[in-house]
Amino acid sequence: MLSQESLHQIDREIAKYPSDQKQSAVMAALRIAQIEKGWLPKDLIEFVANYLEMAPIAAFEVASFYNMYDLEPVGRHKITVCTNLPCALSGGVHAADYVKQKLGIDFNETTADGKFTLKEGECMGACGDAPVLLVNNHQMCSWMTTEKIDLMLADLDKK
Amino acid sequence: MLEIEIDGKQIQVNDGSTVMDAAAAAGTYIPHFCYHKKLSIAANCRMCLVQVEKAPKPLPACATPVTNGMKVWTHSELAVKAQKGVMEFLLINHPLDCPICDQGGECQLQDLAVGYGASGSRYQEEKRVVFNKNLGSLVATDMTRCIHCTRCVRFTTEIAGEMELGQAFRGEFAEIMPFIEKTVDSELSGNIIDLCPVGALTSKPFRFAARTWELSRRRTVSPHDALGSNLIVQTKHDVVKRVLPFENEEINECWLSDKDRFSYEALNSDERLSAPMIKQGGEWQRVDWQSALEFVATGLRGIAKDHGGASIGMLASPHSTLEELYLLQKLARGLESQNVDFRLRQVDFRADGKRAGAPWLGMPIAGVKDLNRLLVIGSFLRKDAPLLAQRVRQAAKKGLQVSAIGPNAEDWLLPVKHRALVAPSSMVATLAQVLAALVAEKGLEPSPALAGKLPEHIEDEARAIALSLASGRQVAVWLGNLAVQHGRGSELQTLAQEIARLTGGSFGFIGEAANSVGGYLAGAIPGADGLNAAAMIEQARKAYVVMGAEPAFDFANPSATTAAMQTAQLVVGLTAFDSASLRGVADVMLPIAPFSETSGTYVNCEGRAQSFVAVARPQGETRPAWKVLRVLGNLLALDGFSQSDSEAVRDEILSADFASQLNNGVEGVVVSIATASSAALERVTDVPIHFSDPLVRRAEALQKTRDAAAPSARISPATMEALGVAAGDRVRVAQGAATAELIVQADPGLAAGCVRIAAAHVSTSKLGGMSGDLSVERV
Amino acid sequence: MILAGCDGDRAWRLQDYVARGGYSALKKIIAEKVSQDAIIAELKTSVLRGRGGAGFPTGLKWSFMPRSFPGEKYLACNSDEGEPGTFKDRDILRYNPHSVIEGMTIAAYAMGAARGYNYIHGEIFDVYLRFEEALAEAREAGLLGQNVLGSEFSFELFAHHGYGAYICGEETALLESIEGKKGQPRFKPPFPASYGLYGKPTTINNTETFASVPFIMNMGGETFLELGKPNNGGMKLFSVSGHVNRPGNYEVPLGTPFAEVLEMAGGMRGGRKLKAVIPGGSSSPVIPASVMMDCTMDYDSISKAGSMLGSGAVIVMDETTCMVKALERLSYFYFEESCGQCTPCREGTGWLYRVVHRIENGLGRPDDLELLNSVTANIMGRTICALGDAAAMPVQSFVKHFGSEFEYHIENKKCLVPPEVQRAGSQIYVSPSC
Ligand SMILES: Cc1cc2nc3c(=O)[nH]c(=O)nc-3n(C[C@H](O)[C@H](O)[C@H](O)COP(=O)(O)O)c2cc1C
Ligand code: SF4
Ligand code: FES
Repeated sequence: MLSQESLHQIDREIAKYPSDQKQSAVMAALRIAQIEKGWLPKDLIEFVANYLEMAPIAAFEVASFYNMYDLEPVGRHKITVCTNLPCALSGGVHAADYVKQKLGIDFNETTADGKFTLKEGECMGACGDAPVLLVNNHQMCSWMTTEKIDLMLADLDKK
Repeated sequence: MLEIEIDGKQIQVNDGSTVMDAAAAAGTYIPHFCYHKKLSIAANCRMCLVQVEKAPKPLPACATPVTNGMKVWTHSELAVKAQKGVMEFLLINHPLDCPICDQGGECQLQDLAVGYGASGSRYQEEKRVVFNKNLGSLVATDMTRCIHCTRCVRFTTEIAGEMELGQAFRGEFAEIMPFIEKTVDSELSGNIIDLCPVGALTSKPFRFAARTWELSRRRTVSPHDALGSNLIVQTKHDVVKRVLPFENEEINECWLSDKDRFSYEALNSDERLSAPMIKQGGEWQRVDWQSALEFVATGLRGIAKDHGGASIGMLASPHSTLEELYLLQKLARGLESQNVDFRLRQVDFRADGKRAGAPWLGMPIAGVKDLNRLLVIGSFLRKDAPLLAQRVRQAAKKGLQVSAIGPNAEDWLLPVKHRALVAPSSMVATLAQVLAALVAEKGLEPSPALAGKLPEHIEDEARAIALSLASGRQVAVWLGNLAVQHGRGSELQTLAQEIARLTGGSFGFIGEAANSVGGYLAGAIPGADGLNAAAMIEQARKAYVVMGAEPAFDFANPSATTAAMQTAQLVVGLTAFDSASLRGVADVMLPIAPFSETSGTYVNCEGRAQSFVAVARPQGETRPAWKVLRVLGNLLALDGFSQSDSEAVRDEILSADFASQLNNGVEGVVVSIATASSAALERVTDVPIHFSDPLVRRAEALQKTRDAAAPSARISPATMEALGVAAGDRVRVAQGAATAELIVQADPGLAAGCVRIAAAHVSTSKLGGMSGDLSVERV
Repeated sequence: MILAGCDGDRAWRLQDYVARGGYSALKKIIAEKVSQDAIIAELKTSVLRGRGGAGFPTGLKWSFMPRSFPGEKYLACNSDEGEPGTFKDRDILRYNPHSVIEGMTIAAYAMGAARGYNYIHGEIFDVYLRFEEALAEAREAGLLGQNVLGSEFSFELFAHHGYGAYICGEETALLESIEGKKGQPRFKPPFPASYGLYGKPTTINNTETFASVPFIMNMGGETFLELGKPNNGGMKLFSVSGHVNRPGNYEVPLGTPFAEVLEMAGGMRGGRKLKAVIPGGSSSPVIPASVMMDCTMDYDSISKAGSMLGSGAVIVMDETTCMVKALERLSYFYFEESCGQCTPCREGTGWLYRVVHRIENGLGRPDDLELLNSVTANIMGRTICALGDAAAMPVQSFVKHFGSEFEYHIENKKCLVPPEVQRAGSQIYVSPSC
């Protein structure tokens, strides 16, 4: 169900914890699985649970508790904009509005071509860099003026 | 000990007690939802907030440890204000439609809301709606009502042993659910209904069948497994509507297995035999009791006269009451037959006549918590005795080391430290190796009868088991149903006895049925020259009386049993159900009362006699079997059938110190450690939890559970490969001349060279005995 | 101190850290076999108070760890930094990760812990990767792992990456999360010092707390204390965000006047007037401008002003801010982030948000403010963890200090600050220095 490379990465995560505490690697394993498959369908969560010898529902609890796991398919690029107060004071909401308008979608929607999904985010611990947005969970973009948003979207559009 | 003052009342409690424990000891009620004495502490509902001296804020009684000299107020202004605040929060998203809720009238939230709720809600925003979940055929959901106490989640994880429910998502969006599209399959699942303090989890079979205040409730005892769990049966107009646990800390605690809880559906099934029936000219006819009983009396008297009493065999289900078993054997003996037995699935009777008393568990059920070493021989422990398994599970968490010997390693949801996974034919040898290891490693002295016979070669697992037992403080050795039903069961018993003796432990039998101990006390076993259950089938009798059992499902060898009965002149069936399997062999069927419609006694595995009375009037023409047998005795003019009630029958059987009759000792069984190794496949037979007796087989909702799935041919992957079959293949299984077609299922928990085939199901009832050689071929 | 001299792309590298004097504290401790008690005593002298929010004295916390406990003990570093307004730990890990590694290693030595985890906030994956690299460098150099610097002492340290849950910043939720569960806080007692990670004694400190340790060991507790003011030892990082000209992290001695910090952050944006400040992360009560301008930035002064220094996240709001809208956004945050475990928080945070949302949208009712006060009172102090309080305090303080603005909203069904003014004030703003 997962590539050798992903399994290898998961094994490396498992090694960080005491040998009788495999479950500790579940967050990392779900992250690695999601990177490979784009999102976390039921079978994938069950696979990860079995791999770590934990109850599937325990893995689902984790997958559904943390915001960055996607339990439903998302576009090729997921953009998450922080609109929490510190960011909002420096244009977080404006930046989100701008992305909405450019992509023609609202929060929690995906563009018709399946390329972009837009999410509203909570504090990313980068309030000094506002507006900030996160691309595909792992790439943080800071000081996002409308010009930089244009460039970013154009760049992602090609990927 | 710690001193604590609760609402001005001084009491002393043990170290480590919580304020909730102390309040319980002081007889003070503190409102709560998530707290449950048998579950871990979650402290999430916050209903139990109380005022504690010097604490700046109210503290949850369930999670606050008592400190010496602590002062607590459970009803002070501060406490009540906090409790009311929590109640308001609980109600904002909870539907306020108690009149249409199935829990209405027995809802903790409803009860407490009366005391702690306000009259109107200040919450005027949208209420949360949660989609219902399909948990299977037993538990209905109304998840919008859930208050997230997580008792159900903790139950599956901690008591049932497998996390089948979780709390997914978070915050206000949290949902109690099983893994996507999974159901709750635990054999203990029904307990979450009792645990749920609101109407989120309710009984599916009971759904909207009655309101709680319309029901009358009576205590009784479960007729199924060897524990004799205590029940509260609720009836409406003499129809059993629901079964709940009656708390008995020494037996079932506050739990019930699903079988105990839901088998009542069969009491109301269409298959109930409503009147006596006689087969005449190949046609079944309804007759009145008088005619039926005279027919039976005349028939039995005639056969006894013509062929001698020994031509009559009497066979009773071990689920029968003590009184029924007693009167049946009395009837047999009155007719000068010593052929009576209740051990219908047993084949090795070499211990008969060599026993020191009635076999039992050898220890109290509640004593499991004190064990630190346990060896289980030949058992499907979790499905055969779910609540006993549950106790072992709890004890294992506190350090009990469990070892197992047998052909099956299905998951008991508890750690099994050492396991010898061996085919049935090797079990005696393996047990002998454990004994040999005890002798060799610990320098212990075996009994003279075994001394010269111990094997030299000892497998690693056998040695590990021996060492584990030898290091124990409180040791028990249990023989399960598979061991009792084993072809060399009495040798297993002899060896187990010796192992227990050498390790200073107790030894006993888990027991198959509600009266597996009672049957011995009632004397429902053959006399010196009588035939046991197996012999009565091998040497066909002219007449049979069969009580509470079905030839195709409740006997060691269903096909041989059916064949033997078909040749008989007269077969009398005492049965609660109009059973197809009985119809095929019987000449008379007499409708007898199931446990709910009669009084009687079960003696459970720990040797506790529990008497009960009828909870409902007998349906139709049904009569309690003890009365039927009494009338038969009278019609046959036999002595000793004049008891006026079942208590009188019981008192004839059980003396005040009947416990002294409990004794597992056996002496004189010849043990041979040689393994009769054969190249053939061996059959391993389980009696699935929901097939095990006529009642549960007819309980509709239970029959839809995963535990009631049709039997397959389960084979270990290695053996499958050797046989060239794959999972999902359809195979013909041949046992002697008998065959059945089954689907192959891979079972990594099965010893090599074995095929596990369940008994007590139509698809396998044409096969022969529960053990023996098999062949398998793909069709 | 922690971030001083961390300029350039390579500042985070081991080599640069060592050049700045890094690992000298650890080396000295190992070489001189400094006793565990001496380290803890030094910390107590320094009056280093936890930088994660609660301000608990670190030396005292370390002394709670059972010394003679047989078997494993753990250390956890809290880099989950999810408190709105806080972004200091990210910079520490980006620019000076080895200070955290050294601080944790010293802590492990002082408490006899054999294993540690640094729990890193989900949204900063690049920081997590960098920290892993820094760990590899330290291991390579024998500063971490089996037999640290050739001594008897061993310490294994790993990074654990969060994945988007504010509640995991709460220390016991963080432990649950490391255990591979959802991050639901545990009821205390038992406290982590006796029952922590995997049920073993565990000490949890904030990133900045650990990062301060090597400096204290080098300069001595007394000197550190004197950097700040009595009972408020040392330097502290303040994350300044909102309506200022240069949002960013400023490391100053505790006790520095707020006005000075504001000045460092470039002063008020567009020269507009200060309206209110949230001084210690979104969970701390808001303080009106006039009171705030008289405060110094330390635990005691802010506490006296009715708020908390918390994580040192200073959210600055000018006159263009609608306080109802600001509170609405914060309330949404706590509603969204409640773990859902305990009743008052699960049910109460949603209630608070919905009422504030209603007021903001012109559907407020006359008794709503009273309702808000009563609901917050029913949450405060009744929950398993402090998230309940964190959700309640902003509501209470906004209503207390800016009640008239809420009343205006309820009566007139619109903002006191005209929408176009608000819009102008919250324009996309990128500081010229970035
Ligand atoms: C809801 C909540 C969120 C918290 N978030 C953080 C956090 O992001 N970072 C942090 O260091 N401490 C956070 N804390 C405080 C921690 O529980 C804990 O007090 C702290 O990590 C201890 O470290 P310190 O003593 O070094 O401050 C949070 C507490 C609560 C109740
Ligand atoms: S379903 Fe019932 S038992 Fe389970 S959490 Fe909800 S209220 Fe509690
Ligand atoms: S999330 Fe901590 S109490 Fe609710």
